[in-house]
Amino acid sequence: MFGQITYRQEKKKRYYAGCATVLGESKSMRLSLTSPSRGTWRLWRAIALDACMPLLAVVVALCLGALVLLGLGKDPILAYGAMFGGAFGTVSGLTQTLAKATPLILVGLGVTIAFRARVINIGAEGQIIVGALGATAFALSFAEWPGWFLLPLTALMGALAGGLWGLVPGILKARLAVNEILSTVMMNAIAFQLMNFLLRGPMLDPAQVAAGTNIPQSAALPAQVWIERVVPRTLFHWGFFLALALAIAVTILLWRTTLGYRIRAVGFNPAAARYAGIPVATVITLAMVLGGSFAGLAGAIEVMGVHRRIVEGISGGYGFNGIVVALFGRLHPLGVIPSAFLFGGLLVGADQMQRTVQVPAALITALNGLVVLMVVSSTYWSQQRIARRQSEAARPSETHAKDEQPLDARLTPDL
Amino acid sequence: MEQLFTLTTLTGILHSTIRLATPYLFASLGETISQRSGVLNLGVEGQMLMGAFAAFFVVVTTGSLLGGVVAAIFVGALLGLLMALVSVSFRAEQGISGIGMYLLGLGLSSLLFRLTLGSVQSVRGFAELALPGLSSIPVLGPALFKHSLLVYVAFALVPLVAYLLNRTTWGLNIRAVGDNPQAADTLGVPVIAIRYATVTVGGAMAAMGGASLSISAVNIFQENMTGGIGFIAVALVYFGGWRPVGVMLGILLFSLVSALQIWLQLVGIGIPSDLAVMLPYILTIIALALAPQRTGQPAALTRPFNRGMV
Repeated sequence: MFGQITYRQEKKKRYYAGCATVLGESKSMRLSLTSPSRGTWRLWRAIALDACMPLLAVVVALCLGALVLLGLGKDPILAYGAMFGGAFGTVSGLTQTLAKATPLILVGLGVTIAFRARVINIGAEGQIIVGALGATAFALSFAEWPGWFLLPLTALMGALAGGLWGLVPGILKARLAVNEILSTVMMNAIAFQLMNFLLRGPMLDPAQVAAGTNIPQSAALPAQVWIERVVPRTLFHWGFFLALALAIAVTILLWRTTLGYRIRAVGFNPAAARYAGIPVATVITLAMVLGGSFAGLAGAIEVMGVHRRIVEGISGGYGFNGIVVALFGRLHPLGVIPSAFLFGGLLVGADQMQRTVQVPAALITALNGLVVLMVVSSTYWSQQRIARRQSEAARPSETHAKDEQPLDARLTPDL
Repeated sequence: MEQLFTLTTLTGILHSTIRLATPYLFASLGETISQRSGVLNLGVEGQMLMGAFAAFFVVVTTGSLLGGVVAAIFVGALLGLLMALVSVSFRAEQGISGIGMYLLGLGLSSLLFRLTLGSVQSVRGFAELALPGLSSIPVLGPALFKHSLLVYVAFALVPLVAYLLNRTTWGLNIRAVGDNPQAADTLGVPVIAIRYATVTVGGAMAAMGGASLSISAVNIFQENMTGGIGFIAVALVYFGGWRPVGVMLGILLFSLVSALQIWLQLVGIGIPSDLAVMLPYILTIIALALAPQRTGQPAALTRPFNRGMV
């Protein structure tokens, strides 16, 4: 009888913890369960605070940016007006924002998966490049194949190439304990040089050679692999909806499948995961490969939907911005969507700002950096809040306090 | 083939090896100090860019080279402090905070450059300084002893940092904080203060590395002119096993391969230049995989210190 009740309580507790995790707040939730009456209110307040944290970071970054602009004799209101107007104010701006959000969602998903296994994938930039190269080379080699067959295969080739690029640092980390941050940085440089080489030699557009202009770009992809535009004469293509669908798929993968459970378990506590019989090395490698294939797919989709050929600078900073997007989305696949929309908009708006009020687009890169610094710091404040509440919760009952020992105070993906 | 590889080319390759090694030396030695105290500063690239810009800006506007160096050190230390605030006090995930610092430095240096100087121009940087006597040694003399002042400073820092880390109380404290902060804390070593100091010094040295490019090696500033040097500098610290001399040897090997690759391009041997450019990166990956480097790794590297939590 007694056991029955505790079992039910335990189940309820887990259910709520699960819900809270989806919303990006688990530790404070588990605490609030100790006092059910005030718990709900506290949970929602905590969730609201946590959701606001990244937004607050953006606002603070914009204010700091405004100060810099003032110091340099530029009108910040004019600049930001041009930026937001350019990104969200017009149909053409909005479609461009959605077009930029597409690769950002995909890269953000890849970074999120890897991060859930506590693998920091800095290599998205290189994975995008090889994904684009792989997809282009494949589509050009089999240009006579029918579209219904060639188009999905081309996208898949991009994902495969990116996955291979993620496999190297993945294996190095899992088997030889090589720091993945460093190896992915090197892989980025190698991918960049590989693109330079291919676009100036083997993959250079024959038309460019004939014209003698030698602009480093490949020949145009066969028309049957072009992704249709949603709005004609804009860059907004159907790949965006593929990215949305994949965000939902990744949510299911992470929270409803064994692999996802293993990834999160490894990220949460590798030693415990190993003890529980999870093949940690394989899971780490797999997380890196998945991360790489999402970035590679982003490269392929960018080629098929926007440029229709591979051009120099195809990665366009999406690799690093994808990290910002993933962090801002609270490392949750669904959080990545609004986050990508915002940062895609900032990228479009930055170009607009540079054209109309002559404020360099580099401002946005600097602001993104500030946002990252603030978001990673904000974990500390959430933790402080939890610790405070914990000491409050400890007072009425000692036993609960023992159960809710604080976890390591770092940006640990919540299980 | 024989006439291609003469003593003059040997001198030339060695000379450019030393020259290429300089920015890496500054950045990697600074990174060595901060990593020995347990903090991974991945924002070196951003700090280098800001240092390069600050030094260049001051030299363009005032003409004072000393002013340029001071400006770089000041800006680098400031960014180091910011990094310490985020990584030490706020206990942020160090791999990510470094990316934030990189983006901040990359964006801010480009923004400031565009809005203040605008176009690419060159400055009169540090002149070549031939050490009397030493530079007249055949082959080696011109290769090793005909460089600008900052090159000598960079190499002089190697024994200096080694001495600091291994032979002084400060160094002992830094290493203690990096290996076992809890124990160091128990013995009264100010863990947080030491980590702040090392990350700040590391930032200043990274900025010097940037300055060694913009006012000594190439004498211009361009957006994103470091092009990944800062990230590689971090990798070379792992490669060098967290010992200043080891780090220097790693840097020299990396620079030698880079110099050889440039020479290969110049003489036009049939390797596509873009493929040859990959060589140093591939080499670094292989070195990271094969080197028995984990033995020297500070035990608490990337672990934030939080008193009361073990």
